[in-house]
Amino acid sequence: MKLRKLEETFFKGLMIASVSTILALLIGIVLVIALRGASSLNLSMLIQTPKGGYYLGRGGGIANAIVGSLYLSLGAALLSFLFGLPIAFALQKEYTGRHLSNITRLALDILWGTPSIVYGAFGFIVMVYFGLTASLLGGMIALTLLMLPIMTRSIDEVIRMIPLELKETSYSLGSTRFETTLKVIFRQALPGITTGILLAFGRGIGDAASVLFTAGYTDHIPRSLTDPAASLPLAVFFQVATPIPEVQQRAYASALILLVIVLFVSILSRLLSRRFSRHIVR
Amino acid sequence: MSHISLRNLTIGYGNQQVLRDITVDIPDGQITAVIGPSGCGKTTLLKSMNRLIDLYEQAKVEGEIIIDGVNIYGPKTDILSLRKKVGFLSQKPYPLPMSIYDNIRFGPKIHGMNGEQIQRRIEALEKQISLDDPSLKSARHTIRLKKDRRMALLVEYYLRLAGLWNEVRERLDGPASQLSIGQQQRLALARALAIEPEVILADEPTSALDPISAQLIERQFKVLREDYTIVVVTHILRQARRIADYVIFLYLGELVEHGPAEQFFASPRDERTRAYISGEIS
Repeated sequence: MKLRKLEETFFKGLMIASVSTILALLIGIVLVIALRGASSLNLSMLIQTPKGGYYLGRGGGIANAIVGSLYLSLGAALLSFLFGLPIAFALQKEYTGRHLSNITRLALDILWGTPSIVYGAFGFIVMVYFGLTASLLGGMIALTLLMLPIMTRSIDEVIRMIPLELKETSYSLGSTRFETTLKVIFRQALPGITTGILLAFGRGIGDAASVLFTAGYTDHIPRSLTDPAASLPLAVFFQVATPIPEVQQRAYASALILLVIVLFVSILSRLLSRRFSRHIVR
Repeated sequence: MSHISLRNLTIGYGNQQVLRDITVDIPDGQITAVIGPSGCGKTTLLKSMNRLIDLYEQAKVEGEIIIDGVNIYGPKTDILSLRKKVGFLSQKPYPLPMSIYDNIRFGPKIHGMNGEQIQRRIEALEKQISLDDPSLKSARHTIRLKKDRRMALLVEYYLRLAGLWNEVRERLDGPASQLSIGQQQRLALARALAIEPEVILADEPTSALDPISAQLIERQFKVLREDYTIVVVTHILRQARRIADYVIFLYLGELVEHGPAEQFFASPRDERTRAYISGEIS
């Protein structure tokens, strides 16, 4: 009896220890970045483009990277959604047989686990083949390849969790497969779909390797889809890699901005998801 | 009013036979109770009558179910209009992920009811609902100013018919999922009635409910029996005694006995029926 209680206490302690480790790590990362970056963070950092190529001029800001990153990941999120949502619906058993959908899921899971540099390299090869140069559109497409499996699989899982009885209810009222999908399943899955989109968005905006060759680099804010585009992760990378201490410090400020954007997106997703949960059947 | 007859109905899932050679006529305009122990095929029987069983990949149906002279498993059957004609109430009510109002409106909307049809329906319902109800007059004024006044009135009448109106009149735009489970079941009834079925199938409609809600549902059924053919699956013998006009007794997938309720309970012919009614077997 005593041993069982001891066991219980031991595992409870283990859980608390793991949670605290993770929390401490998170707080540590945020603190280090905030402390090191805060001193170089100012308004001009946010609204000006860099003075001197590749951020080496020590002046100006990283507006090119902020706007570039937002363009890249918003565009890629939109593209992924346009493909991902129909794919996720198509994977359900009303539309696709068990074998085909299982194979597709496996493929998506493998793609999810594929390192992003592979998408970058693949995108680059395709671009070279077609004689294209690094551009906003190229970056978006490479990022879409990265985000699509994440978004599709998370939406797919949410839809799969919907109880069969809810679908039965809809069918028993005489609705078609399409009506059931659009008016019932979609609404029931909406909070989960929101989470899936923002999960993929968060992953995409922080990714450096896929946009390295495909979006390229510029000191300017891109004006069209064919212009090259800078991005925040690469801004951090370039600045940290310089031997100049001031520029390195600006790298931390850039990382802080990236962190804040990701944080903002996560909070937004929670709020939206709660809002959409109003009518959800549990 | 619809007439249903089952002819040599045999249903199995994969290799397992659930119902064997069922032949029976279900009387029009009465409450027919399908009784029998759990797992004897009652729900399967019910779900075969509106072809909800089609959703189960493994299910295999042989024999015929003839509704108004047409075999619903024949090649020409339009499943959507079949399900419109044969309403269904599940064991656990599932509100659609939308407001109370939209739950009722769902059926009329997908079936494309136009203003004229709604008007005709409203007039028919006014005869069906007792106009002596003192709340009726005032209620017509309290209904929220919806864009479509006629639809609003239709929704109100169906909610009245299911005995739910007085509890939800102030929160029609609120989420249906926040109703109590007893209210949800009456909402499901109102929603099923709103597609203008001729038959109502109910799968243990009170088993998840508290006694008071259960009583309310039973009372609604007794009111509705004049206008609909009702088939209720139940494993509560006392419920069958209370509401049934006709009884079908299934045991281990076989049709053991069927007949008018009085005769069925007073003088059962089969030994198994007698044992089941007296509580010797369950």
